[in-house]
Amino acid sequence: MRFDTALGLEARKGPLASIGKFVLYAMMLVVFTGPLFGLLISAFSTTLDPTAFTLWPSELTLENFAQAGEKNVYLYLLNSFVVVGFGLLLQMVVSVFAAYALARKRFRGMTFVLLVMLATMMLPEEIIAIPLSLVLADLPLIHANLIDTYLGMILPVGAWGFSILVMTEFMKEVPVELEEAARIDGAGELRTFFTIILPLCRPALGVIGVFGFTMIWDQYLLPLIVANESSHWTLPIALRSLRSDEQVGIGVLLAASLLALLPSVIAFLAFQRQFMRGLTSGAIKG
Amino acid sequence: MTHSRRGTAVAWLLLAPALLLFLYFKFIPMALGLWKSFFKVQPFLGDEWVGLDNYRTIMTDEAFAGAVGHSLLLAVGTTGGSLALGLGLALLIEGPARYLWFVRAAVFLPVVTTMAAVAEVWRIMYHPGDSGLLNTILGWIAIDPQPFLASEHSSLWSIMGMNVWRGAPYDMMIFLAGLVGIDRTLYEAAAVDGATTRHRLRYITLPALRPVFWILFTLAAIRGLRVFVEVYVLTNGGPNGSSEVIMTLIYKLGFQRNELGVASAGGVVLFAATLVLTLVVQLMRRRQAR
Repeated sequence: MRFDTALGLEARKGPLASIGKFVLYAMMLVVFTGPLFGLLISAFSTTLDPTAFTLWPSELTLENFAQAGEKNVYLYLLNSFVVVGFGLLLQMVVSVFAAYALARKRFRGMTFVLLVMLATMMLPEEIIAIPLSLVLADLPLIHANLIDTYLGMILPVGAWGFSILVMTEFMKEVPVELEEAARIDGAGELRTFFTIILPLCRPALGVIGVFGFTMIWDQYLLPLIVANESSHWTLPIALRSLRSDEQVGIGVLLAASLLALLPSVIAFLAFQRQFMRGLTSGAIKG
Repeated sequence: MTHSRRGTAVAWLLLAPALLLFLYFKFIPMALGLWKSFFKVQPFLGDEWVGLDNYRTIMTDEAFAGAVGHSLLLAVGTTGGSLALGLGLALLIEGPARYLWFVRAAVFLPVVTTMAAVAEVWRIMYHPGDSGLLNTILGWIAIDPQPFLASEHSSLWSIMGMNVWRGAPYDMMIFLAGLVGIDRTLYEAAAVDGATTRHRLRYITLPALRPVFWILFTLAAIRGLRVFVEVYVLTNGGPNGSSEVIMTLIYKLGFQRNELGVASAGGVVLFAATLVLTLVVQLMRRRQAR
């Protein structure tokens, strides 16, 4: 007899065991995806009753999404995309640059830089929220005010320790011989970087891309501090203001919630393998 | 490879964007928070040095003490619940079969959802009337409608419920990664020796998962104390302060009551608490390993 799993569930055959397993897994699916499925259905239903959250579609309608337009939901969605688009671009470029230096260069102060990176990961955003709002209102030395600007929501997420460390680990594993070979063939450092190293790092780019996306998309406190004017709200922080509406009930809220949820769910489903890899590397290695 | 001066310059140039961003949006705010915590901050009149007064104010504030208690309870409950449920799920969904891969991916979905949106969904499901979704389900098994978020006695537990729902699948995935790493010959050897499933679980599986357990525990401890979004969206600390946590209180102090000095002091206290907690967990882990 072979035991491949701790409980040995897989090894149990027979109709009773099969039914048991089926019920078990079905229950798991209901508990963990039920609320999300309910949101999907309800967002397309007429829901005047503020308590109504339905799992059974009756009359499907796009009314909620039409009403959402009047409540500026699509503007908030656009804001979210602007922030996540430029924020992610900045974050990935910054991470790749820093990782290349950490993985390939040897210089004095490297341990210090690594310590700084780790320190930023131990320092939760929430703790610095209050002083960060003061800094954003008047950047030291530059004296720019980033309150109610996109930059105020983009720059603070531009550098992320997790991305840099994941990228560094990966770049270290790219064999140095490849670079040396390219150099012997006469390629400069820049060319080697773009034609040899970066293409080889594509899997890691996927990891930091999908994690960076969900990280920035899920930002709440930062836009809450930065965006005072509703014209700069991102979708997650706008949800609160959509709660009660006499005419449409919670329909608009549900439609907006669905729109806020979908992008990260789609990103996860599309990049599942990268996601799992980043998850274990991030959690196990520190 | 010798380190050339040019190489060093290039390295710092490449690191400059990251370091500058960290300096501006992490380290300067941290230092500023510490600095402002010693002042009565007045936007137009100029700041006034008050020494440790802000700390005295916040440490003797009953609301703050309550918030610390709620944060701790929420952190412990969420961590414990997620770990237990996550381990259970991992053990049940372990295996190479194709349909298990599907179940894993589906169960994992709550982790990647946007907190603010998912909290709105739970707020609606938690509706206290008979017609609320969860109360309807409770009705099927003959349990009276619960007030959930609307009652002082259950608001914190309701938040915890949602957090476990969102946290358990994450722990499950990490446990699964740990389960894959267990040496299969151990299971076979145990089977030859006539060990039951319970023995196998107790003497092989769980000890092998211990490092994973500590990693998850440390992460959860750091994250637990600073919980904000879910409380802000679900109850905003209510009803009657029964679910107020450290961060919602600091947020209110800073942005609604404009007590920036006191709020900064609160931030410093929270930082110190997180640091101490992390160190304690690390120490416990060292001792366990010995």
